[in-house]
Amino acid sequence: MSVEQQPHGTPNAPAIGPETGHAHGELAHAGPDHGHHELPFWKKYIFSVDHKVIGIQYAVTALLFLFFGFTLMMMMRWQLAYPGRPMPFFGRFFSDNVMPGGVMAPEFYNQLGAMHGTIMVFLGVVPLAVGGFGNFVMPLQIGAPDMAFPRLNLLSYWVFVPGGIIMLASFAMPGGAAQSGWTSYPPLSVIASSGQTAWLFGMIFLITSSLLGSINFIVTIVQMRAKGMTFFRLPFFVHAQLVTSFLLLLAFPPLEAAGILQLMDRLAGTSFFLPTGLVVSGEALKVAGGGSPLLWQHLFWFLAHPEVYVLILPAIGIVAEVIANNTRKPLWGYRLLVYSIIFLGFMSFVVWAHHMFMTGMGTTMSTFFQTTTMIISVPSVIVVTCFLMSLYGGNIRFTVPMLFATAFLPMFAIGGLTGLPLGLTASDIYLHDTFYVIGHFHYVVAPGTLFALFAGIYYWYPKATGRMMNSTLGKIHFWWSFVSINFVFMPMFFQGMAGLSRRLYDPTVYAHGRGVQPLNVVISWAAWSLGLAQIPFIINFFMSLKNGARIAENPWNATTLEWMAPSPPGHGNFLTEPIVYREPYEYSVPGAKQDFSPQFVAEA
Amino acid sequence: MSTATSTAVLDQPPAAAWPPDRQLGTASPAKIAMWIFLVSDGFSFFALLLGYGILRSGSSTWRHPGEPSLSIPFTALLTFILISSSLTVVLAYDASLRGRQRQTSAWLAATALLGSLFLLGQYAEYFGILHPGLIKEGLVLGKSSYASTFYVITGFHGAHVLAGVIYILFVLVYSLRGKASTGLVEVLGLFWHFIDLVWLLVFTLVYLLQAT
Repeated sequence: MSVEQQPHGTPNAPAIGPETGHAHGELAHAGPDHGHHELPFWKKYIFSVDHKVIGIQYAVTALLFLFFGFTLMMMMRWQLAYPGRPMPFFGRFFSDNVMPGGVMAPEFYNQLGAMHGTIMVFLGVVPLAVGGFGNFVMPLQIGAPDMAFPRLNLLSYWVFVPGGIIMLASFAMPGGAAQSGWTSYPPLSVIASSGQTAWLFGMIFLITSSLLGSINFIVTIVQMRAKGMTFFRLPFFVHAQLVTSFLLLLAFPPLEAAGILQLMDRLAGTSFFLPTGLVVSGEALKVAGGGSPLLWQHLFWFLAHPEVYVLILPAIGIVAEVIANNTRKPLWGYRLLVYSIIFLGFMSFVVWAHHMFMTGMGTTMSTFFQTTTMIISVPSVIVVTCFLMSLYGGNIRFTVPMLFATAFLPMFAIGGLTGLPLGLTASDIYLHDTFYVIGHFHYVVAPGTLFALFAGIYYWYPKATGRMMNSTLGKIHFWWSFVSINFVFMPMFFQGMAGLSRRLYDPTVYAHGRGVQPLNVVISWAAWSLGLAQIPFIINFFMSLKNGARIAENPWNATTLEWMAPSPPGHGNFLTEPIVYREPYEYSVPGAKQDFSPQFVAEA
Repeated sequence: MSTATSTAVLDQPPAAAWPPDRQLGTASPAKIAMWIFLVSDGFSFFALLLGYGILRSGSSTWRHPGEPSLSIPFTALLTFILISSSLTVVLAYDASLRGRQRQTSAWLAATALLGSLFLLGQYAEYFGILHPGLIKEGLVLGKSSYASTFYVITGFHGAHVLAGVIYILFVLVYSLRGKASTGLVEVLGLFWHFIDLVWLLVFTLVYLLQAT
């Protein structure tokens, strides 16, 4: 591949270390410990205030959690494919509490399901997309030496970590981890075992971490841009991060409040979410009652629907960067994309109750939310259309990041379009809580968001490490994952349309589930194959640290500011103060000497 | 942190033709961050008050027999104290603008004192000092939605006041050492006014619009 042999720059990447980036102007002094001395190990890599180190910490932690969350699901897939059969080999590693005789206990199945959702969303995708890529790439792209509040950034990561540890440790609690789903609907979640309390405490840590992070992001984007970096010269990825930060900022506080209320219900004897006259296992619950389980659902989905866009917007941002770079032409409809995601962000706050059509909240409410849901699909379609138009007539280089980014488009489109029947009340009544829903949102977040995140890893890995990842292993990773993942999620649509409920421990208990049970076997084997497909990625990720081809500043011939800094950038990021001369995606400008005109080069 | 640097950037002659960015460097990062935080914090209060509204509108009897009503005259006094503290924090900012450090410290101390008085009042309201207090009168957390929402909302606000008083004391220490910048006092003022504004909502919804 031509990209790996660079005509530009020096073959020797600058040494890693805080010394590299201190030569330039006053902006570099934003970091409090910006200095000319070597920092001790724990300050440089563990409790660092450098946005790049924090970004890498977030990304690595999140990848570990993603693999852990995926492992939980691979275990559930055994039970779904072969209900009641002892799990071969792996079953013997679990105690009799959770797997008596190697057969998964129903309670354990519920724990795996609840924790799979929680871990993937709050400890995997969001920390990788926002904490990882946002922290690492965004300040570089706006030409800043660091975040506006580096210490706050440090705090945000170290509040996130205990949140994750509490979630993991909850598996060891009496009664195991939370088992009320990632949505934690009361009243069942209030009367559930103590794992739920740990879940709530963990969530409070994770939410606080996100709030600290998003304040920092917004201030940084407003305040720390380089000279000439106007709003409409920001790379699209930065716009995506800005909207994402606003969503996190506004959507999370209500969930934090709701989480505190549910904690009080569990610990202080209140009944915010417990209705009067609740009977559990034939006995009346001794609480005051008068609460409303629906209140939780409103507060939860007021967070959790914007959260869906928190998952997808950074991914869209990454795809935009990769597509513009690999089609060698400007992103089609850059301003339209920016306006679309701002509108998308705004609308995402008024669609939450489309998750609640089945709660009997009333037809007027349902009609309102059905209408807003149809409206919000418009900007999403604009985004996909703009990306397709960007491909049209492009001189496409099928690099590994580009493979993942192009695969994102049809996958996200399938995920989005299958969402429409769920947004319409009439069809939702039939499809609600079936495997169809699982298929729909996994198409959005797994082959959608996760593929975009993989594109981002392959795309920015050279910037972070100074070395390329191996492209053969990358292509194996891509094609193997791409085929497997479609065999995982496509059959779910058919199961869902056959009426199979998403929450069954044993899908064969009902007659209508038995007909589609063979599909469960296909899905499970595809899921395990998808797990194996990650091995080339893991090997590549670590081997390339040592053996990857060394690269200079700009291996992809890209135009945005992060490619001006050394690879890897030192403390303070840039060797000379960046000045922005043009818009972000000036590729193949007629009359220019080369097919890319970087933002940071005066004459091109 | 980087206010000065951003202004310096604007003062430099343009090295290239780029559109001037008027927004850059006009507010300090801390001030922007505080505004953003307050919007976010406002959403937490919004959630609690919304929950209050939903639970109350869905209940047949809000205040059960035997549960005390909330004293409006006493709380009106507390409200007056809190509003006065908003005035004193403005006076502190004004003194800081004029460069009068000692006056700034005095007004900050007055604000902290008024904030503490409010907290004392809230303590008296819950646990009683001269009178029995709501808990002994039968308003117990968990006994009814009326009681639970009351304690959660006023308690959450009280926690904000407490945090605010500690925040003021920090700024006061800086101010006494002659190190408190005008920006520091201004950002503190934003937070304090926010607490005050939220209290007006709480006072209206929870106290003034009481169930008869």
